[in-house]
Amino acid sequence: MILEGRVWKCGDNIDTDVIIPARYLNSTSPEELGKYCMADMDPDFAKKIVKGDIIVAGRNFGCGSSREHAPTAIKAAGISCVIAISFARIFYRNAINIGLPILECPQLISETYQHNILSVNLANGLIMDKSSNREYQAKSFPPFIQEIIKAGGLLNYVRRVE
Amino acid sequence: MAMTLTQKILAHHCGMENVEPGQLIMADVDLVLGNDITTPVAIKEFNTLGYERVFDNSRIALVSDHFTPNKDIKSAELSKQMKEFALEQDIEHYFEVGRGGIEHVILPEKGLVLPGELVIGADSHTCTYGALGAFSTGIGSTDMAAAMATGKCWLKVPEAMGIELRGKMGDWVSGKDVILYIIGKIGVDGALYRSMEFYGEGIKEISMDGRFTIANMAIEAGAKNGIFPVDETTLDYIKDRAQRNYNIFTSDKDACYCENVIIDLDAIRPQVAFPHLPSNTRDIDDVGEIRIDQVVIGSCTNGRIEDMQIASKILKNRKVHKDVRLIIIPGSQEVYLESVKAGYIEDFINAGACVSTPTCGPCLGGHMGILASGERAVATTNRNFVGRMGHSRSEVFLAGTAVAAASAITGKISSPEEVI
Ligand code: SF4
Repeated sequence: MILEGRVWKCGDNIDTDVIIPARYLNSTSPEELGKYCMADMDPDFAKKIVKGDIIVAGRNFGCGSSREHAPTAIKAAGISCVIAISFARIFYRNAINIGLPILECPQLISETYQHNILSVNLANGLIMDKSSNREYQAKSFPPFIQEIIKAGGLLNYVRRVE
Repeated sequence: MAMTLTQKILAHHCGMENVEPGQLIMADVDLVLGNDITTPVAIKEFNTLGYERVFDNSRIALVSDHFTPNKDIKSAELSKQMKEFALEQDIEHYFEVGRGGIEHVILPEKGLVLPGELVIGADSHTCTYGALGAFSTGIGSTDMAAAMATGKCWLKVPEAMGIELRGKMGDWVSGKDVILYIIGKIGVDGALYRSMEFYGEGIKEISMDGRFTIANMAIEAGAKNGIFPVDETTLDYIKDRAQRNYNIFTSDKDACYCENVIIDLDAIRPQVAFPHLPSNTRDIDDVGEIRIDQVVIGSCTNGRIEDMQIASKILKNRKVHKDVRLIIIPGSQEVYLESVKAGYIEDFINAGACVSTPTCGPCLGGHMGILASGERAVATTNRNFVGRMGHSRSEVFLAGTAVAAASAITGKISSPEEVI
């Protein structure tokens, strides 16, 4: 699957309270959550997103709470993929489990610019920065996780094996 | 192959002799935990799986603690969904308001987590139970749904980071100061994906409540879990609580740690983590003059009986500063009742504090003490991210209970030594 979208850069340690503040957690509706994605960083973030856009972040993206509302809000806001230097571990597994593609690629953040156009090949982890014409290789998923993704997330995986 | 404590527990739960860091396993879980925020999402997903019943109605704990007693209609609907599911599935360990408290305080109290067990919870601070020599870690609602159906969870065996504790803690230093000091040293991703294994003679200095505080904040260094070896203190704690048989595992002498950090307890002063990261720590002596509007003592980090005792020692016969709100939230009904019996609650009220029924409350910015723009709080909670306790322009300073209580009296961030 090839994803294409504009870059939205953010820094290190973007935490789940920034991604979706707790005051919005009294809803479980993805649509509702999507509206408040990144609200405490930029209240208009969700409005500025064009479907398919890509978040490019620094270290430890998604640190903090276990709320699955965080990757859900990002996905519902229209973000197609998050590329970071590293992810906090619960966010990492939640993203996989709900089917939000995430990739670890340490070089990208320092070399790409806001609103550059990226093209991401999820199958092999190849990232193309179309604006700068540079290519990057992200770490690919371990086979076990590829299986979960192939099944369409954890729920399908569980449904399938039982 | 030599294994760490974490690896041994994981191996045991997937029926293997050996597991190695990086290996992916499908493990049997002893307990699955969820709360009023994460469980409703999991229930929705569980209902799509085609399983009529949960895998074991005595191995699931559902706790109403985050937005409860319900703060608004939307959160009341969430709690209702959880309650109805608990009734329908006959969940044995469903904790209603008034019969529980904060999940990570009550599960150990009720003997629902024991040494050597594997516990997952749809809450990041599930790592708290490592204090008891169990493997416990936070997962998402989808994982919770799958585990409620199958009793299993996929896990990646973490590398281990050894944290050796040496020496003795000084006056007014507690578990909170130890873990803030460690996070200040290694950073909020210093233990990313890893298991933090505590060892060394310094451990015996640390009370059970102090160990819960330390393990609770392992996630704040990015760790998958934090874990303590089982000793006299642990066994004492579980003696009258354990509801099941349990296994005690120990790390092999030659187990491999990818990194070793040595912490000299004597060198630790009371710590304060400045906004907006738990790693932004300073010694109390280097804090300077910082006036505050609110103090919160409570949460799954510091809402235990030891905290109530420390708070009462400082607050008894003193008055909360006129410009400050002090909110004290015992972590569970048990802690609350013990505090009433010991006279702590009376001390708090006489000092001018507000005492709340057990709840997460302001810890995650839910209710019971939300900050306005520009307001500053000292809190014994575990996160000081932007907007965590209210307005995105409010500030939270994290500290142990002693510093929090002392600050409530002086109106600025203060060492207990200034007050006593
Ligand atoms: S007290 Fe705070 S950190 Fe602990 S479970 Fe509740 S919201 Fe989470």
